[in-house]
Amino acid sequence: MTETQLTLSRRQALKGVSAFALTLVAAGLLAPGAHADAAAVDAAIKKLVKGTPEEGKIKLDLPQIAENGNTVPVAFEVDSPMSKDDYVKTVHLFAEGNPSPEVASFHFTPQSGMARASTRMRMAGTQNVVVVAEMSNGKVYMAKQQVKVTIGGCGG
Amino acid sequence: MLSRREFFHLAAATAALPATALNFRSAMARQKVMQQDLLQFDSLGQVTLLHFTDMHAQLVPIYFREPTVNLGVGEVRGLPPHITGKDFLGKYGIGPGTPEAYALTDQDFTAMAKSYGKVGGVDRMATLVKAIRAERPDNTLLLDGGDTWQGSYTSLKTGGADMVAVQNALGIDAMTAHWEFTYGVDRVKELQDSLNFPFLASNVRDTEWQEDVFEAIKYFEKGGVKIAVIGQAFPYTPIANPRYLMPNWSFGINEDNMKKRVADAQAAGADLIVLLSHNGFDVDRKLAARVPGIDVILTGHTHDALPAPVKVGNTLLIASGSHGKFLSRLDLKIENKQVKAYNFRLIPVFSDVIEPDKEMAALVDKVRAPHLGEISRELGYTEDLLYRRGNFNGTFDDVICQALLAERDAEIALSPGFRWGASLLPGQAITVDDVHHHTAITYPNVYRMEMTGEFLKTVLEDVADNLFNVDPYYQQGGDMVRVGGMSYTIDINKKIGSRISNMTSLKTGKAIDPAKSYVVAGWASVNEGTEGPPAYDLVANYIQDQKVIKVPDNQTVKVIDA
Repeated sequence: MTETQLTLSRRQALKGVSAFALTLVAAGLLAPGAHADAAAVDAAIKKLVKGTPEEGKIKLDLPQIAENGNTVPVAFEVDSPMSKDDYVKTVHLFAEGNPSPEVASFHFTPQSGMARASTRMRMAGTQNVVVVAEMSNGKVYMAKQQVKVTIGGCGG
Repeated sequence: MLSRREFFHLAAATAALPATALNFRSAMARQKVMQQDLLQFDSLGQVTLLHFTDMHAQLVPIYFREPTVNLGVGEVRGLPPHITGKDFLGKYGIGPGTPEAYALTDQDFTAMAKSYGKVGGVDRMATLVKAIRAERPDNTLLLDGGDTWQGSYTSLKTGGADMVAVQNALGIDAMTAHWEFTYGVDRVKELQDSLNFPFLASNVRDTEWQEDVFEAIKYFEKGGVKIAVIGQAFPYTPIANPRYLMPNWSFGINEDNMKKRVADAQAAGADLIVLLSHNGFDVDRKLAARVPGIDVILTGHTHDALPAPVKVGNTLLIASGSHGKFLSRLDLKIENKQVKAYNFRLIPVFSDVIEPDKEMAALVDKVRAPHLGEISRELGYTEDLLYRRGNFNGTFDDVICQALLAERDAEIALSPGFRWGASLLPGQAITVDDVHHHTAITYPNVYRMEMTGEFLKTVLEDVADNLFNVDPYYQQGGDMVRVGGMSYTIDINKKIGSRISNMTSLKTGKAIDPAKSYVVAGWASVNEGTEGPPAYDLVANYIQDQKVIKVPDNQTVKVIDA
């Protein structure tokens, strides 16, 4: 996400991100049938980041159960002062059930002000969403949440 | 709760009742339980909260049997509300045969029902509300937890308007919602405009801009206390019910949103923060532990009736039952924005001992009059007790499944695990009204289609996980889908994909083959464009054909809870 995008209004920014997400979905459709799994996500993390991820710092905002598997809102915020000496460099978004485990990477600078973004993902089935944040000091944080995609119906 | 002295009083009355005298019905109960006993309460503090929820459009008195099976998993296993029957009586020190035992459990239900009579009726509810308001004119708030507009013939025919008239007449101060949304967004907005009070839903946003669709918080001043009431609609409405009816509204539990609402209420200077919730009890129990600052959660959705609050940290959780069977009264003494003392009573609305409120009775008559010929039409009668509640089956659902199999010539039937629907005693006539109490929804079509054995297992696993996921935030609050024509085993403590086994066709006695296709009839599909006759007509036809309904003991679900 660029600096200019962050100065846009929430509405405009969301519009931009939605378009972004759509291209990812389109890209994902090129490899139908094959799905990643937890091991593939682990391997992708190892490939992309150095060091072992710790828990903490990342707040996820995604539903426990998807209302519409075709467009699941996913948002994160990483706790950081975002100063010259201490900021979030990159945040990677993974989905265990995606055809390719890596969904998106978001790059930040101290000028970003805060390390947060939102997007929408298509999910064919229940899966874990994993977010990994690389900090400027080399530390790596990770957060994970399951998003269920259910058949629906039968609520009391 | 009734006092100990009152218990003895009533227990003695029941004990003295010989079986042959049961035909006198509620005469004894009327003699011993008086309206003033139900209203007896040591008032306390500045605020009286009155709460009912999940009325499901029950305008007139009914019978309502509480579940025999209501299992909890993980951390809540064996905790209220996941205790039933004798265990429930023991936990709360309630004597068998007492009015409270009748109201709160399934024990000896038919005999007790004949002794103590029907429950609910909005005219009786109005009498209680008016009496408490007269006693506490400047202190009382009446809050409706939702699922009020759906569940009867008249609510379906009037699109919920009958219940809005009743709510306005009762003088509700605020409501939240779930089944209300199944009338579709336009109708919800229309009815909302005719309410004399706010429709609160802090967790409903439009999907495009993530903006609030409804008011989130309403502030009240009572007894010098500033009260914030936050509304929380059922978080999984667009999943458990058809999304096409509310396509551009997003729900969810949204803990962060709740934290923000509590902070807003605190910043606005609220002395008392009340969450009027349709989350379901276990969801609210988890929420209370994770979102500090809520003083009282008035729970709903899961239809639990508890005679005492459950305390989580400093939060009091109240469970007020369903179908207009109970009115909760919670008196609170507030000092320095904290609850210093409280007094609570879950008041059973015993229809035969409460004088109907004349104005409300007239309104109910007016609402029902245009439909009275049809709703009182008798279709047949039942030889067995008919009820719905229970995690795996209910006898009324057994009848529905038999109707689905017979009327649509199917091998297997699927009927949703709804928790609403009144009970009928052996010997009672079954009317059109009674059938609608179990089927009156806006997406009632009965489909007939082929499903593979593999897909059937997926359906059962999916619904079981909505009920028995160890994390309450993944639970949707219904019961297990009811199955006709097939038996199965369920191990509730396993994970999704491995709970269900031994699926067997009752027709052939053979194991369900994952690769084979079976003809399945079911209703309440959340998919748009489902075709078939409405369930209420199909079930009515079936009962009319049968004339006499008998329900054999259902042994088709084997439950493992090790």
